[in-house]
Amino acid sequence: MTLVASDLSTEKLVLNFGPAHPATHGTLRIIMELDGEIITKATPEIGYLHSGFEKLGEHLDYNQYITITDRMNYLSPMCNNVAFALAAEKLLDLEVPKRAQYIRVLMCELSRIADHILAVGMQAVDIGAFTAFLYGFRLREKIYDLFEWACGSRLTTSYTRVGGLMRDLPDGFGARTKALLDDIPATLEEIDGLLTHNRIWLDRTRGIGVITAEQVISYGLTGPIGRAAGVDYDLRIKEPYSSYQDFDFDVVIGKDGDVYDRYMVRMYEMWESLKICRQVLEKMPVGPVNVDADSKAILPPRDEVFNSIEGLIHHFEVTMENRGFTPPVGETYVPTESPNGELGYFIVSDGGRTPYRVRTRPPSLINYSIFPEIIPGSTISDTVAILGSLNVIAGELDR
Amino acid sequence: MLPKRELADFFRNKFPDSFLEVTDFRGMLTIHIRGRGVLEVLRTLKTDPRFAFNFLCDITAVDHLVQGGHARFSVVYHLLNQHGARRIVVHAWVDEENPKLDSVYSLWKTADWQEREVFDLYGLLFQGHPNLRRILNPDDFKFYPLRKDYPLQGRGERSDFPVVERSIGSKWPATQDFE
Repeated sequence: MTLVASDLSTEKLVLNFGPAHPATHGTLRIIMELDGEIITKATPEIGYLHSGFEKLGEHLDYNQYITITDRMNYLSPMCNNVAFALAAEKLLDLEVPKRAQYIRVLMCELSRIADHILAVGMQAVDIGAFTAFLYGFRLREKIYDLFEWACGSRLTTSYTRVGGLMRDLPDGFGARTKALLDDIPATLEEIDGLLTHNRIWLDRTRGIGVITAEQVISYGLTGPIGRAAGVDYDLRIKEPYSSYQDFDFDVVIGKDGDVYDRYMVRMYEMWESLKICRQVLEKMPVGPVNVDADSKAILPPRDEVFNSIEGLIHHFEVTMENRGFTPPVGETYVPTESPNGELGYFIVSDGGRTPYRVRTRPPSLINYSIFPEIIPGSTISDTVAILGSLNVIAGELDR
Repeated sequence: MLPKRELADFFRNKFPDSFLEVTDFRGMLTIHIRGRGVLEVLRTLKTDPRFAFNFLCDITAVDHLVQGGHARFSVVYHLLNQHGARRIVVHAWVDEENPKLDSVYSLWKTADWQEREVFDLYGLLFQGHPNLRRILNPDDFKFYPLRKDYPLQGRGERSDFPVVERSIGSKWPATQDFE
C-alpha cells in the first residue's frame, strides 16, 4: 500500500513570529497558522513600540514637535522634519526662501538614498546575502557623516524649523557632497552586481508577495510598493512641494508588483535621487535660509539679540512659553513623498501655541496592512523576504 | 471638480439629512457631514465621475471637546483623485452619546486598520467593520487615550502593572522600587 500526502492527517500548527525576531527589524509580531510548510493565515500584532507621539504633539509647540518627528521613521528623519515643517508653514502661510527649499530637497534625497540602500541591504541580509548589506551600511555611514556635519546629529537630525532651517549649510558642504555623490554609483553597482542577476536572489524574490494595482488602490499603498505594482503616482511630480518642479528626474515604475520589482524600484530610485542631488548642487541659490524675521516665526540673528533691544525682545517673544507665534484657526495637510510612501502631517490648530491635534499619515502602517492579504499560500522563508520588501519601520508603524 | 459653492449645493441637494457645510482653508476644501451619512457620501465621491476620488489616503479623528464644533468628534477622511492629483477632506461628525458611524471597509480595504486605530484611540464604533478591536494599545486597555479628557501622563496604568510576588525566599526584596 502506498501512502499519498493527501491521505495523511495533518494538524494546523500555530507559530509565533516575533516580536523580537531578527528578521522583523523592530518589534513586529505575527501569529501564523501553518499547514505543513504553507502559511494559511497570518495575523500581525502591532503596537509594541507605541509611544503616544500624537498625544505628545498636543502638548508641545510647533518647533518642539520637530524633535518628535525624528523618532518616527528613524531611517530618514530628514523627510519627517521637512514634512512637518511644510504642514506648519502652510498653516502659517509662510513661504521659505528658495535656498532653504533647495537644501530641504538635497537632504530629502540623501535620506532617500540612505533609506533605500538600508531597505535593500536588510532585505538581502534576511535572505542570506550578507555582503550587500555591508556595502549598503558603509555608504549610509558616509551620508550620515554629512548630516552630522550639517546639523550636529546623525539620526535625530531636527534640521528644519517652522519658517526655514536650523542653520545654513557649513562652508565646503557642496564640494564634499559632490565627492560623495561621485562615490555612490560604485556602491550601487556593487550591490547591483551582487544581487540583480543572481540566480538565488531571483529564485527567492520573483513571483513572491505579488501585489496587484487594484490592491494598491484599495489598501492605500504608496511609495515604492505602489509604484512596483505599476501605479504611476509620485508626489514629487504630481503634487510638487519644496521646489521639486525645478528638477528633472524620472519616476520608476514596476510591472509585476513582486518582491523583485520592489527591489528594482528602490535601486533605480536611488539613481534618480543622485540626479536630483547633482541638480540641486548646480542650481543652489545664495541668500537667506529663513523667512524674514518680521514674520515673528523664527528666532532673529544672534548679533541682533545681543546688540539691539528690539532683537532681544523679539527673541524673548518667540521663545517664552506664554508667547510664541500663534497660528490661525484651521487645519492643513501637506502630502510629501517619503522613501516609504506618502507621509503627511495633518495639523488642526485652535489658535494656540501648541497644535490642537497632530496626525501623522504613517506610510509604514498603511503599507503593512496589506501583509495578511498577501501572505497566505507562501512559506516562512518567503515571509521574511516579503517583510523586508515592505520596509516596515516600527517607530512610524506604532508612533 | 466643482468649486466650493456648487459643491455645497450638490451635497445639500443630494444628502439633505446629513450635509452640514463646506469650508475652505488654504486651498483645501472640506465637506462637513453628519456621521450617519458617511458611507453614502464617500461612495458618491468615489464613484461619481465628476469627483472620482479613487484613493483613500488617511482616516483619523479629532476630539472637539475643547474647541467646539458641530458635535464632539469628527472622523476625518482624506481622499485623493490620482488622475487629476486633487484632494478633498470629509469631516463626519459624531456625538459623544452615540459614537457610531458606518465603516467604509466595503469601499476601501485600507479602512480595516485605520478604523481600528481610530477605535483604539478615540472609542468610535464603526458599524460593519469586519474585525473592530484595538490595534496599538493592549486588548485589556480600558481608556481611549487621544480623547481630550484623557491626561497626558495616563491614569495610573504604570503603577497598576501586575507585580510578580516571590514566594521562595530571596536575598533581594520581592518588589523593587524603580522610581
